[in-house]
Amino acid sequence: MSQHPITEHDIQAFVDDALSESRRLELAEYLEVNPDEAERVATYRAQKEALKALFQPVLDEAVPDRLQQFASAPAAVDVRKRPFLARWSLERIAAGLLVALLGGVAGWLAHGQYSPVDSLARMSPLPRQAAVAHVVFSPDVRRPVEVRAEQEDQLVAWLSKRLGTPVHPPKLGALGYELIGGRLLPGNTGPVAQFMYHDVSGQRLTLYVTTENAVSNDTGFRFAQEGAVNVFYWIDGKFGYALSAGIDKGELARVATAVYDQLERQ
Amino acid sequence: MDKAALIVEIPRLRRYARAMLGNPAAADDLVQDTLERAWSRLALWRVGSDLRAWLFGIMHNLRVDQLRRSSVSMTSIDEEEIDVPTRATQNDQLEMRDLESALRQLPDEQREILLLVALEEMRYEEIAATLNIPLGTVMSRLSRGRERLRQIMDGRVGGNLPSANLRVVR
Repeated sequence: MSQHPITEHDIQAFVDDALSESRRLELAEYLEVNPDEAERVATYRAQKEALKALFQPVLDEAVPDRLQQFASAPAAVDVRKRPFLARWSLERIAAGLLVALLGGVAGWLAHGQYSPVDSLARMSPLPRQAAVAHVVFSPDVRRPVEVRAEQEDQLVAWLSKRLGTPVHPPKLGALGYELIGGRLLPGNTGPVAQFMYHDVSGQRLTLYVTTENAVSNDTGFRFAQEGAVNVFYWIDGKFGYALSAGIDKGELARVATAVYDQLERQ
Repeated sequence: MDKAALIVEIPRLRRYARAMLGNPAAADDLVQDTLERAWSRLALWRVGSDLRAWLFGIMHNLRVDQLRRSSVSMTSIDEEEIDVPTRATQNDQLEMRDLESALRQLPDEQREILLLVALEEMRYEEIAATLNIPLGTVMSRLSRGRERLRQIMDGRVGGNLPSANLRVVR
């Protein structure tokens, strides 16, 4: 017999064949002289086998279509065809945005106590915010934007006023993307703007513009992927820009370059 | 993470959810919510880490949220809705039903660990990491869960079993 006393952990691990060979042998000896414990171990093993047998058939069932669908990234799923629960989940994403906003406010209130890096880390990063905003609003058929492109003057005046600085949607007609309109959204610490475009096939693309950048850390183009949504983003002074779409990286890079060039010239 | 990798995991997620919840429709809802949340949390998944453990962790958290939201609805037992898989003999079938009923009577946190051990054959350390609890807690819940299941099956506790009259005495 071993010098180490037999513990309950050993008993469970014996049932699950999770002991080292030497310890397993010690347990086997112990069980030979402790029939009550041996019976308990035998029962637990039978339980385990019975549970496996009970639920094994589920593995062989055909996976329902609705679950197959959800194996794809959300943006690839047509919202109109998704069941009610799925649409409800968009509301949950929106609730997530609200939580992000509240988190941002809390971060702002607390920012005297934390270093900038610390409080920045508490916020939702730019590409992620942009991708979520893209996923939430771009599938919307009837109200993808708050103000439509037909009232572009009003749109520009309104968003510029709310963001406290002039913002203009770039013109992407040459690349095949027409402005649909724009909306105001909550960012980490205040309002941000989203402009939405589409091409003739209906493919939508959103440009997310924040003016919340407090730290001077200009970046070049950066790329992020959130599910099926590709995002190019960059920071320029107080502005952060993120271009999101469910199109391939090369095509999106082409559009991002055009956007960047136009913003430079403003 | 891509679609193919995710599709492979769906049958196991379904099996575990079915075993946890009993009700097949509620179980598939939970799997669906898990897949959705997985996509929305993609940035948090470290490439190269165990996708299955990550998904089970998400499912666990969703379930905890559900239980927190409604302390009633998730614990209902509707014998008619429990889809009991069948094997060859009737005796087996009755025993299986009995086991399933007994499983329903375990506290959630014990049932969860029993199932991760039995169905997923996860190591104790993996379970602790997936559920974000100490290893000692995993072990004590496993131990108590197994013992409780044994007592229920022996008829020593839980005499209010809906299917108690179906017990097979050998």
